[in-house]
Amino acid sequence: MIEFKNIKKSFGDKIVLNDVSHVMETGQCNLIIGTSGSGKTVLQKCLVGLFEPDEGEITYDGRSFTDMTGEERKELRQQIGMLFQGSALFDSMTVQQNIMFPLDMFTKQNFPDKLKRVNEVLARVNLVDVNKKYPAELSGGMKKRVGIARAIVLNPKYLFCDEPNSGLDPQTSMVIDKLIYDITKEFNMTTVINTHDMNSVMEIGENILYMYEGRKEWSGNNKEIIFSKNQRLNSFIFASEFLQDAKDMRMLEAKGKIDNDRNMDELLK
Amino acid sequence: MSFFTHFGRYLLMLRGMMTRPENMRMYWKEFMHQCVEIGIGSLGIVVIISVFMGAVSAVQTAYQLVSPLISRSTIAQIVRDTVILEFAPTVVCIVLAGVVGSKIASELGNMRVSEQIDALEIMGINTKSYLIMPKVVATLVTIPMLVVLSMVLGIWGGRLAGSLSNILSTDTYDKGLLENFVPYNVTFALAKAYTFAFIISSIPAYYGYYVKGGSLEIGRSSTKSVVVSCVMILFADYILAALLL
Repeated sequence: MIEFKNIKKSFGDKIVLNDVSHVMETGQCNLIIGTSGSGKTVLQKCLVGLFEPDEGEITYDGRSFTDMTGEERKELRQQIGMLFQGSALFDSMTVQQNIMFPLDMFTKQNFPDKLKRVNEVLARVNLVDVNKKYPAELSGGMKKRVGIARAIVLNPKYLFCDEPNSGLDPQTSMVIDKLIYDITKEFNMTTVINTHDMNSVMEIGENILYMYEGRKEWSGNNKEIIFSKNQRLNSFIFASEFLQDAKDMRMLEAKGKIDNDRNMDELLK
Repeated sequence: MSFFTHFGRYLLMLRGMMTRPENMRMYWKEFMHQCVEIGIGSLGIVVIISVFMGAVSAVQTAYQLVSPLISRSTIAQIVRDTVILEFAPTVVCIVLAGVVGSKIASELGNMRVSEQIDALEIMGINTKSYLIMPKVVATLVTIPMLVVLSMVLGIWGGRLAGSLSNILSTDTYDKGLLENFVPYNVTFALAKAYTFAFIISSIPAYYGYYVKGGSLEIGRSSTKSVVVSCVMILFADYILAALLL
């Protein structure tokens, strides 16, 4: 569990995070959503220590991250995996070397054991025969999967994903979402995902934090979001007419005005 | 940003490098990789410029020494001292500031903008130590070696040019090389080589590590790092000459 209280962060005169508090639950996909410039990336960077918050406290399973020494943070970071927006793979290394890098740095395993582990995580993200390829030879979706494989190779307790679906087609996005969701459940990780993708919100949003102009505007899950009366959230999530219709349909279902067991195939004939 | 802000951040970067490595074997591997990249990678250009520098200085010295009272072996002495004192350490290091410096700045800059440095930080690696330290140590090891090689090749280039253009015989040249030789000059040249090696690696590392923006900024910071390194080399050259000679 990651808990943060009263986080404030400014760059010069611009206040980017203003008194943000929330709890990211263990074993769940915790989503941070919001428009561009709402502060979600800065919040995630504060959580992993790439930015220092001006005020507030961050705790990882009760251990105060903000009060930790550099060495303690280095130790904790070995339990953190992160998938970056651009995957951040080391471009001079092959896929195998990229994934093996954390094992080389932090374990004393021999090469066959490390290779076995690399192949295990590659299989987990459904990639085969890519060991010797360089990142430049991979598609966007494959890069993301290699990024996930590298993030989970040390069995982290916390997984951070920054815009995991950016630049991917809807089908690949859903594959990545499902992969992150399954991994979260399988390894009981605390997963924090920054996203713009509404599919992700509806599919895997178990604990959602909606940010607006640096503040926490709304929190809940993907079931509650349908019935939210927050105007800003609704205009952000259900921006298109199509999504608004879908929301209305779900609300009518919930109120019993439409049969939710209806056979759509039959109706569409 | 003011000069003092840059200088302060540069000093903090140097201090940040001085931590215990997370895994000595990985640091050693990176150090050897950098030795190959910087040392072997710059060998070709160092060989070419050294030979031609020596050759040109022999020909031009002969052109200026028109008095029949001065022996031809003096040309060898002048070439030797010029190459050892100035050409090999300073000119070679200025060229290497372009070759090695721009490579270091653009490599680190690219890692910064593509979030590879952030990825290493998240893993719990001290990026200043892992990415910059091996580069600085590798330049401190390889550049003095390249400077020594440049001295030898520069002197040999002068010998070759002297004999090919019938300025002086190889025997006269060899005799001149042994006349009035001051071993301290080599020590002085090595002191310069170590100082310049540190400048060549640490200044571009600073500009690359702290780059902000995209690919355009990488190019800009790479150019800036080369310019600042060259100016600092010339400044340090003067200071060392004033202090040590």
